[in-house]
Amino acid sequence: MKRMSTAAPVSAARSLRRWPARLDFLQSATGLALGLFMWAHMFFVATILLGNDAMWTVARMFEGYFIFGRPVYGLVAALVATIATLFVVHAALALRKFPASYRQYRTYRDHLKEMRHEDTTLWYWQVVTGFALFFMASVHLYIMLTRPDRIGPFESADRVWTDLMWPLYLVMLFAVEFHGGVGLYRLALKWGWFEGDGSDATGVRRKLRFFKWALTAFFLVLGLLTLAAYMKIGMDHAPFYGQHYVPSAVGATGVTP
Amino acid sequence: MNSVTDSAPPRAANPPADAPQRMLHFHVLRHDPQDPVSIPHFDVFELEEAPGMTLFIALNVIREQLDPSLAFDFVCRAGICGSCGMVVNGRPGLACRTLTQDLPAEISLAPLPAFELIADLSVNTGKWMRGMSERLETWVHSLGQEVDLARLEARMDPELADRIYELDRCIECGCCVAACGTARMREDFMGAVGLNKIARFALDPRDHRNDEDFYELVGNDDGVFGCMTLLGCHDVCPKQLPLQTQIAFLRRKMVKAGL
Repeated sequence: MKRMSTAAPVSAARSLRRWPARLDFLQSATGLALGLFMWAHMFFVATILLGNDAMWTVARMFEGYFIFGRPVYGLVAALVATIATLFVVHAALALRKFPASYRQYRTYRDHLKEMRHEDTTLWYWQVVTGFALFFMASVHLYIMLTRPDRIGPFESADRVWTDLMWPLYLVMLFAVEFHGGVGLYRLALKWGWFEGDGSDATGVRRKLRFFKWALTAFFLVLGLLTLAAYMKIGMDHAPFYGQHYVPSAVGATGVTP
Repeated sequence: MNSVTDSAPPRAANPPADAPQRMLHFHVLRHDPQDPVSIPHFDVFELEEAPGMTLFIALNVIREQLDPSLAFDFVCRAGICGSCGMVVNGRPGLACRTLTQDLPAEISLAPLPAFELIADLSVNTGKWMRGMSERLETWVHSLGQEVDLARLEARMDPELADRIYELDRCIECGCCVAACGTARMREDFMGAVGLNKIARFALDPRDHRNDEDFYELVGNDDGVFGCMTLLGCHDVCPKQLPLQTQIAFLRRKMVKAGL
């Protein structure tokens, strides 16, 4: 008689046990990347407030115009595809935390109302805005992925105004700024960043919360001004819908015939 | 019975006080799961506030003078035994450490959720804590070392002993579990009390378990990776344990062990 054994089941079980750590790390890593991108993205689109030429320059920069001498839209599409991948991975991982049944949802809601505890309430709204972003961000990402050539002062403004994207952008602005702001704040607490030796964790948290709200307010104001600027440009440019912007250094009027 | 949903609440006789005190109304959730006809409801008790009055004192006055059937737990009266945890105006806390002067005149008291209800404000935290303790093996594991009670313990750096003692101050009152949105939604989540205990044993040089061993216990979604950093635990802990810092420490440690 011979006893046979294999290490396979044991190592498979061991690998399985490692996944919670990987998934937790990935959720945080994708969230961090998306949160930082969100803020950077806001600065890029807000260059419209500095003038059409500034926004045109930023848009061309991402297309490699100043390196290749012509716009390479594939670069923008690749960036969008990367962000979309991060977004899908993050959404899939975050789903693990959603209430899995009405009972769980109800329990959390009741708990939230009783506790009147800011971080508990913030999480609920993070879930709500995250859920909304499943749909809103998907629309935005798909358009950016399929039409990377339509990014510019007039092109974007046409999309905002004539293509009626402004209602979506308006709601998405609030959802993304809230979700991302709370997410980055929670990341700092979750991993113990900025806590030092931990002797004043509560004080650090209070400061982080203040910064979080200050940053959210700043980006909301910046976002609203930016959206308003695109709406105004889009309104004025509506009769010339589809025309590309030509920088003032090239075309005297800034409008191509 | 002092159920006074529609009528005037029963009033307790009060000791004379120098200054006029507030009249407090205690809305107490009453229910006896052993009694088939018991229906959960609130009873209201009126009591004149006394200087330095804690909820523990108020509940004893209510039980002595208004309703001897009122069930609640206490042992030490000094925030050490962890028996008198309850939900006070929506937030978990210890009755013996909560001064009525810090509360409005309308005070609602309910048993801690997430634990088995014994009756009224009394819950079986012991059963939950024992289950958690067995699951997480919250005792020193001296692997491969025979127990010799006569042998002197190895010396420990006083600073390290202080750090361990700091976490060992947990009284297992259950407030952190009741305040945790994750624990409320997911019954298997081990809560801050469990995670704090693992952080405590991870510090202890007498415990020979390594990070891999601890990962087996808390490296999952019922453990440290289930924590959503809502930090209700940190904010209600009556012992002011550094739960925010400890859970973050454990998460970093367990991610390193698991990646």
